[in-house]
Amino acid sequence: MKAVEVNALRKVYGKEKTLAVDEVSFEVNEGEIFGLIGPDGAGKTSIFRMLTTLLLPDGGNAKVCGLDVVKEYKKIRTMVGYMPGKFSLYPDLTVEENLHFFATVFGTSVQENYHLIEAIYVQLAPFKDRRAGKLSGGMKQKLALCCALIHQPKVLFLDEPTTGVDPVSRKEFWEMLKKLKQEGISILVSTPYMDEAAMCDRIGLIQGGKLLSVDLPSQLIQKFPHNVFAVKADNMYQLIQSLQANALVKDVYAFGEYAHLIPNNSALTTSDLLHEMDKLNLQNSSASPTQATIEDCFIQLLH
Amino acid sequence: MEQVITAHKLSKKFGDFIATNEITFSVNKGEIFGFLGANGAGKTTAMRMLCGLSIPSSGEATIAGFDIYKQTEEIKKSIGYMSQRFSLYEDLTVRENIRFFGGIYGLSIPQIKLKTEELLGSLGLEKEANKLVSGLPLGWRQKLSFSVAILHNPKLVFLDEPTGGVDPLTRRQFWNMIYEAAAKGLTVFVTTHYMDEAEYCDRISMMVDGKIEAMGTPAALKQQFDAPNMDHVFYQLARGAKRKE
Amino acid sequence: MKQFMSFVTKEFYHVLRDRKTLFILFGMPVVQILIFGFALTTEVKNSKIVVLNMAHDQSSRLLIDQIEASAYFETSRELNSFSQVEEEFKRGEIRLALVIPANFEQNMRRGEQVKLQLINDASDPNTATTLGNYMGFILADFQRMHFPTAPLPMQIVSEIKMLYNPQLKGAPNFVPGVMAMVLMLICVMMTSVAIVREKETGTMEILLVSPFKPILVIFSKAFPYLLLSLVNVSSILLLSVFVLNLPINGSLFLLYAMSTLFIITCLSIGILISVRTNSQQVAMLISLMGMLLPALLFSGFMFPIENMPIPLQVISNIVPAKWYYIIVKAVMIKGLGFMSIWKEAAILLLMTFVLLGISLKKFKIRLA
Repeated sequence: MKAVEVNALRKVYGKEKTLAVDEVSFEVNEGEIFGLIGPDGAGKTSIFRMLTTLLLPDGGNAKVCGLDVVKEYKKIRTMVGYMPGKFSLYPDLTVEENLHFFATVFGTSVQENYHLIEAIYVQLAPFKDRRAGKLSGGMKQKLALCCALIHQPKVLFLDEPTTGVDPVSRKEFWEMLKKLKQEGISILVSTPYMDEAAMCDRIGLIQGGKLLSVDLPSQLIQKFPHNVFAVKADNMYQLIQSLQANALVKDVYAFGEYAHLIPNNSALTTSDLLHEMDKLNLQNSSASPTQATIEDCFIQLLH
Repeated sequence: MEQVITAHKLSKKFGDFIATNEITFSVNKGEIFGFLGANGAGKTTAMRMLCGLSIPSSGEATIAGFDIYKQTEEIKKSIGYMSQRFSLYEDLTVRENIRFFGGIYGLSIPQIKLKTEELLGSLGLEKEANKLVSGLPLGWRQKLSFSVAILHNPKLVFLDEPTGGVDPLTRRQFWNMIYEAAAKGLTVFVTTHYMDEAEYCDRISMMVDGKIEAMGTPAALKQQFDAPNMDHVFYQLARGAKRKE
Repeated sequence: MKQFMSFVTKEFYHVLRDRKTLFILFGMPVVQILIFGFALTTEVKNSKIVVLNMAHDQSSRLLIDQIEASAYFETSRELNSFSQVEEEFKRGEIRLALVIPANFEQNMRRGEQVKLQLINDASDPNTATTLGNYMGFILADFQRMHFPTAPLPMQIVSEIKMLYNPQLKGAPNFVPGVMAMVLMLICVMMTSVAIVREKETGTMEILLVSPFKPILVIFSKAFPYLLLSLVNVSSILLLSVFVLNLPINGSLFLLYAMSTLFIITCLSIGILISVRTNSQQVAMLISLMGMLLPALLFSGFMFPIENMPIPLQVISNIVPAKWYYIIVKAVMIKGLGFMSIWKEAAILLLMTFVLLGISLKKFKIRLA
């Protein structure tokens, strides 16, 4: 049985019939971390809400743990853990009170499932009497995860859990997810950060309500149809501006320290490129072939 | 070189808690300065002081040559501010937003009209001019709010996580806008959680527990910490943080 | 049940931790009782009046003495001409002028109709009416004492006030009114705001995804306000008995039972508002403008319903506060039993069922 099955799911909003989710289909296998990667407004939250039975689909169907999200919503509600995108705990209750409250609401107790949250909760324990509203971003997110886990759900839905969180806390968070996966929990997670894609078993790239591609992160990169060069010069802005106008270049865009360049012709060699760049009057310019990343894939899919 | 920001031993205390602890740095005209740090490191507090929104507990600082204790009104006229959390009124149209922000920065009506057309043209928003901002895709909204933040030709613009949640293509277009503006002499002070964006800055400062622990060009920082990329630099520094807000 | 209790406990944390709101919740009834009891009382004492006596006979002087002797009036001076009356009013020191016509005693003895003129400062109509009434009583008394054989053309008696409020105390009218208002405020506004807050913070999303029954969410949110309201009813009753010296004439049990019924009516309104709105501001505005204001206007507490135009009298029937106000007045002040108020109670009960029915039907188990 699949943890999640989504089949041609659609969601339409408002009088103008804005298509928020457009015929999206994918599956999440049991014990898998599946990442929905895409910018804000891509339709990720709508998909999450339909799968957690909070919204009714306008077309298609979906199953969670083999149960239909429309007809069997009551059963689904006992089996899933959900962490909405916005911090959704009681800011005027303490860490401990929040946790106990959600445990009881889900018909369990903190003691019963403590083993699941122990690794996360020990980090929160020093602040257990602090009001949740006064926690830092990373801590809030850990508490929210504990609350979503406390009833030992079969499937965990995490809607942008790392948005606005600093890189260190983000890394820690992903390590926790890996441990949960080992406990047999299937996880559907969404994120706008492309670099987090590598942490997922499989990913779906989503934009404008449409699923652009579903694959293993490594496969996606392997299937990338272009060569990629990392180019660099002292004045990066000038480098990108002048290369963009060049006929040999299909696309060039900033990529951290370097700029990534996609040539129009796959036969283009590094020396050809260096030769071309010499004409541009740039200082300390360099170029070398490099591996494409998920972000490169996404950018090309957007074009 | 003209210095647009100078800060000397700038501190802010809330009771016993030292949110910002004697930070000293300066930013040159036309520079893109990245202001990084973990959640709770004190970035927001520092930024509020520099914008003239909060009076420091001690230390000195000037913004565009104005003193942050005495000349907050002058400072507000010479800076622009854009944040991911609030940037535009969603229930106003694109045109109304431009007119409103032009108005509060004291632009004359003909000036606003001119700027509006100029902006709509350069952003390719002519067709959307009379649509509500809430209906625009996030990427466009961010680009528009950046343009609105620098509508009154400030010397310095503060960008607080301007690209959060934006798709990678729009993020790059956004940075192109930043580069263009900086090339014309605008100074940019930016915070971000994307470490690749840290690389786009001319210089970076890293805040840990209220102090600036490292500062320099991205290349120099990577060398100093013997790290392959900024992600590692950040990780090394922020790991040592004791404070979790 | 354990879930329910845990929810209620959590609700109490919310209420108890929001110190400012808590202070308002418990301070408000006390302050209102004290303000209405001592400052805003409609009772009028020692009002300054002037008398233009054109008769200058013995009877007219007797009448003036009698007026002076009452606790309500104090004659500041006697006037000689009409023009002075207006001057006095313009100076703003007097509230009423009495004009006694010439040949007062002579005409009274003959049994002719005597026209005394009462000139009221109607800029404060309530006080003006009250003073007019008081003066009416004094004049009637005077007539009975000194001219027992004469007809009584100027007798004005307000039966209800004379019967249940012989000293013309203001308290009996406002205590039930304050109770209705406070309960409306807490149950309608606080409840709707508290539920809508869950929507705003996003916690409603998590609660809906949980196996906890959505309808229980609503009930467990309303429950603490039921208790808080009963505490407030008690504090108002204690204040009125011990500070305002207003005894509870009827059954205390009946009073509490009826209050509980009204509280549940209000909670149903609060729940209905919360089901239909998504922001705390809107919920608050609807509660204040849509619920509290009509309660104030149409309960009969501030403005007598009998004096309203017919359409407004009809509208007043759908305001629950009106029926509660009638019940409390009957039980607390007149000391009447259940048989006298069962109609009003039945109306409240019906309203509760309808409101609760609608809100349960409209309650969403999903987000949109």
